[in-house]
Amino acid sequence: MMPDAALAAAAQTSPPAPVLQARGVSVVFDGTPIVTDIDFELHAGQVLALVGPNGAGKSTLLSVLAGDIEPVAGTVLLHGENLHSLKLAELARRRAVLLQEQRLAFPFTVTEVVAMGRAPWRGRPEADDDDLVVAQSLEIADVTHLATRFFPTLSGGEKGRASFARVLAQQTRVLMLDEPTAALDIRHQEAVLARARTQAAAGDAVVVVLHDLSLAAAYADEVAVLEAGRLRGHGAPREIFTSALLSEVYRHPIEVFDHPVTGDLIILPVRGTAAPTTPASSLDRSALLGGTTRATA
Amino acid sequence: MTGAALAKADRAATAKQPTQPEPSTPDPRRTVRVGLLFTVLAVALVVLAVVSAGIGQLHIPASEVLGSILHRVGLDVGPMPTHPNGDAALWTIRFPRVTLAILVGAALASAGALMQGVFGNPLADPGVVGVSSGAAVAACLVIVFGWSFLGSWTVAAFAFVGGLLTTLLVYFMSRSAGRTEVVTLVLTGVAVNAVCGAGIAFLTFLGDSQSREQIVFWQLGSLNGTRWQYVGVVAPLVVIGLVGVFVLSRRLDLLSLGERSARHLGVDVERLRIVSVVLVALLTAAAVAFCGIIAFVGLVVPHLIRMLVGPGHRVLLPASALGGAVLLLAADLVARTAVPYADLPIGMLTALVGGPFFFWLIRRTRRTSGGWA
Repeated sequence: MMPDAALAAAAQTSPPAPVLQARGVSVVFDGTPIVTDIDFELHAGQVLALVGPNGAGKSTLLSVLAGDIEPVAGTVLLHGENLHSLKLAELARRRAVLLQEQRLAFPFTVTEVVAMGRAPWRGRPEADDDDLVVAQSLEIADVTHLATRFFPTLSGGEKGRASFARVLAQQTRVLMLDEPTAALDIRHQEAVLARARTQAAAGDAVVVVLHDLSLAAAYADEVAVLEAGRLRGHGAPREIFTSALLSEVYRHPIEVFDHPVTGDLIILPVRGTAAPTTPASSLDRSALLGGTTRATA
Repeated sequence: MTGAALAKADRAATAKQPTQPEPSTPDPRRTVRVGLLFTVLAVALVVLAVVSAGIGQLHIPASEVLGSILHRVGLDVGPMPTHPNGDAALWTIRFPRVTLAILVGAALASAGALMQGVFGNPLADPGVVGVSSGAAVAACLVIVFGWSFLGSWTVAAFAFVGGLLTTLLVYFMSRSAGRTEVVTLVLTGVAVNAVCGAGIAFLTFLGDSQSREQIVFWQLGSLNGTRWQYVGVVAPLVVIGLVGVFVLSRRLDLLSLGERSARHLGVDVERLRIVSVVLVALLTAAAVAFCGIIAFVGLVVPHLIRMLVGPGHRVLLPASALGGAVLLLAADLVARTAVPYADLPIGMLTALVGGPFFFWLIRRTRRTSGGWA
């Protein structure tokens, strides 16, 4: 399924070429820098979690990686090719994107919505498997029982899972998920991220924006911490998720410790007297850009 | 346990054990319904066309109408019209009118369905949004100033340009963040209709009494006085429009996921938009050019079709075209025959039925979306 150019590129360099590569990516909206000078690589078989406070630029970065926004500086390479030189149809066969918001203008059924994920493969040999892929995707996302329901009548979590099924049905080697667990209950949160892991184990690359840091630590090979559009840390969760860095980035004291039984990384906010009472306002962000941190005070 | 509680428990039990549907195959009931709908609409169209051609001041039985058609195509089957003027009446007055009603109905309904798909809003309609009146202003210019440099195509060409400009205007003014909110759309329509109304009023004031009369009748919408020449102009426009619409249908389905998700699935959203806007203008111009403003067909028909067979555009668009043709043919029959020796304006009839329907639709949309979203 991998394109020839990418295979050739992979054969030339001895370490496996990254599937997705960002080089000096910057985005500016109306004079305000949203994402600044981001560099990273994502290899096949990896799950990368993008974390950071609200307005840190996670979703914007994901839009750049998905090819929705052209960065003002820098390039994004997908399978070694510039994202913006790829045709939209080709791009749709290489990466699938799950957005935060699930909207549908007309009352299609869940099956119809999931089948839309097959659109990029129309007229190709892969389209023969459409029915099977749709059925499997419905099963994996646990929405088979909702198959004949109308999408707009579903609850937020059900919509999220149905959309996840659509993204799976697209059968791309790169998955980009923007807060896929946002409206889900604990069982389905675990199921979605476990599925992301399974996809990675099969050789896919997954980028996922997450708010729950413990979830990110549990399921991601690598985490990237964003703050005000800049990469503050990138690496294995255990190296990056330190109390000091997270407390500073989130401007709230955060504890990191190992689970006494499983040894998993547990990340919790410190609650009580130390916690600041006023939420961060947009005005505070400029102070943050200036380098001051008040959360740990 | 009371009976009610038992019933409740029973329902809960059945809810817990959902019958495993075959997920990958389309709903068989819907497939049957689609087949049934197309059959019913096609039969209704043929029957209505034959009956409609026979009814009027000069009554011609259906068998004679069929006989006349068969003789024209070289088959000497069936009776010819018995009345000495029967055959001539059919071929110079009735058939062009019936054909134009079919074409215009198909154009309006598919333009409505296309517009709703592109705007992502079930309330979009060329009449409501003001595209029809935009096309009308441009066409009134031709009537008032008596331009004819494009021959019989002049009115249609101007209507197309007027419609295109209005569609672009409405499209770019009423959208925010990739979608059009109901309130914005309807209010934009109010504004556009007001300005176009002023334009038409000014042109009415400017014109001589003959063009005034023409404009007034034309604003009411009528198929009265249809000639083959008109059909010759409208037919190619409608055929191009319909072919274009069907080519876009799969992409329109994806567009209902939102612009970004459609793009992620490989749809060139920018191009889809522009092509759609041009097609809407083309179809509306085809409808408006000779028949004037016939509102609400593009609203009512796609909506009813969607309720019956779902929102998939591959079925919705052809079914709407067929349904629009049936509806306008029926409306024209009523317009011609409701009052003896009078030809009621068809636009008046469609607005009479369409207005309340639109109101109901607004109420329903508001309820289901939890506000004016």
